[in-house]
Amino acid sequence: MSAADATTDPTRSAAPPVVRRISARFFVSELRLVFRRRRNLAGLLVLASVPVLIAVAVRSTGSGGNEGPDFFGSITQNGLFVALSALTIEITLFLPLAVAVVAGDAVAGEANTGTLRYLLAVPVSRLRLLLVKYAALVVFAFVATFVVSLTGIAIGLALFGGGDVTLLSGTQVGFGAGLLRVVLASLYVGCAMASLAAVGLFVSTLTEQPIGATISVVVFSTASFILDAIPQVSWLHPFLIVHHWAAFGDLFRDPIAWDGVQRGLFVAAAYVVIFLAAAWSRFAAKDVTS
Amino acid sequence: MTPESPRLDGPAVRTTGLTKQFGSQRAVDGIDLLVPRGAVYGFLGPNGSGKTTTIRMLLGLISPSAGEIEVLGSPIPGGAADALPRVGALVEGPAFHPYLSGRENLVRLDAADRTADPATARRRIDTALERVGLMPVAGKRFRAYSLGMRQRLAIAGALLTPKDLMVLDEPTNGLDPQGTREVRSLIASLAQEGSTVLVSSHLLSEVEQVCSHVGVMHAGHLVAQGTSAEVRNVAATEARVETDQPAEAARVLHELGLTDVVTTATGASGRVGRVAPEKVVAACVHAGLAVTRFTVDAPTLEDVFVSLTGEGFDVSG
Repeated sequence: MSAADATTDPTRSAAPPVVRRISARFFVSELRLVFRRRRNLAGLLVLASVPVLIAVAVRSTGSGGNEGPDFFGSITQNGLFVALSALTIEITLFLPLAVAVVAGDAVAGEANTGTLRYLLAVPVSRLRLLLVKYAALVVFAFVATFVVSLTGIAIGLALFGGGDVTLLSGTQVGFGAGLLRVVLASLYVGCAMASLAAVGLFVSTLTEQPIGATISVVVFSTASFILDAIPQVSWLHPFLIVHHWAAFGDLFRDPIAWDGVQRGLFVAAAYVVIFLAAAWSRFAAKDVTS
Repeated sequence: MTPESPRLDGPAVRTTGLTKQFGSQRAVDGIDLLVPRGAVYGFLGPNGSGKTTTIRMLLGLISPSAGEIEVLGSPIPGGAADALPRVGALVEGPAFHPYLSGRENLVRLDAADRTADPATARRRIDTALERVGLMPVAGKRFRAYSLGMRQRLAIAGALLTPKDLMVLDEPTNGLDPQGTREVRSLIASLAQEGSTVLVSSHLLSEVEQVCSHVGVMHAGHLVAQGTSAEVRNVAATEARVETDQPAEAARVLHELGLTDVVTTATGASGRVGRVAPEKVVAACVHAGLAVTRFTVDAPTLEDVFVSLTGEGFDVSG
């Protein structure tokens, strides 16, 4: 209609070339967002409080008793078992809950505050957004797990001391080897939590309500635990995300029973692949109207 | 990444047959938007007329049901990675992380931009904060910001890197009169620097003075588009003669070629069309009429707007 009379400034005609840097800035920004948020820090504090509670309770009664979970009875012999007891307890609810809160927030939270549209307009490609979000979730999953185990190790060693570790199968290994096994167990649980985070990321792309996404993820993991406890659906058990989560205990046998851990890692990897693909297919062409 | 570089001489924004269907409702219905380079394009329309949906499509946030989009020479959404770094956007109000400070929020936006140079981030963020006058509150959490401050922060966020096109969706929402004026002068200065500005609004007064071009949306259709002068001419200029001989005046107006001549108790009026308004007075005086008052009502953009989109508070759609 009137393109001709538009004023064009000749200095603008050569637009600066668009340079795309390989940069970790967005990832670092995402980590800051997750780890500087007070709610998340409070969550980590709750996670850390469980091993302290266990250690203090066992210390004050003088015995872990034989009725508790596997590792409880060994706490008085070696403080490292506080970490394992705490992981055993928290893996059913507290750790999944922490992961669910942060993962549910990942995309739904940005959609809820409206920041999603501004990120996409920067532009951040949708694939990059998902990958950066997931990378930050993986970091959080491992940090959350290690908050539990490292706090457990610290309070355990302080209240019960260290020394040689008597494994569940009765043999003894040196403190260093025992510590290494605790670290391996934590890494394994971290992988399990990272797989749940992939589920959370997917759910987070479905809604603009982060709370809803969080609840869905907790329901998902809890329902998996319930199904895993029903023998009538045993055919389903190998496919459940939580089925092999407790396998980190196998690392404390001699020789290490790698079988369960390997299967657990395989299931975790399968969940990650499936749910990241689902998140991508859901998010790639989604109309962002938030 | 794309082999051919985007064309730099074409319009800043061009859409053809752009349509968006939400369920059974056509939010945007086959619009051909044309925003020339360097223009300040006022994108007008009542609430719900499809302005924001169109803007979201321009930014690749929602995908069109039909039609094509070209922004700064790149197709959207396919070429979004090429075009959008040079587009600054304010979409449907400010949105930031409430528990981060204004500055931290800008840092995050800048970090997300792969075309932004991290070495100059601090300086660019300071400049943007300075430009919108937010420097004194840059360290405050976003949640403590007033609506006006939030709006300014969003504008600062769009100014972190040099832009060829600024898309400002209702930029003066929530601003006090002073803030509105500042936004207006900001738009003017952006245009002066050579940026194309697409500014949407349902308030005409705030954009009328700065726009070189206007597009009017109504119920998903682009009902008018062109330079401000062209669009104003859509509605007719009316000449009114007050005299004690209304019938005679009406005859003169009619003979001059004015249309829709109406006689009132105090005079006559008609649409001047191509007739020069000054000739009307001359003709009346020549005919021996005692002209007590002569007025020419050139339509304001608001008149045009209302004539195109209807009056009242009803939202379109």
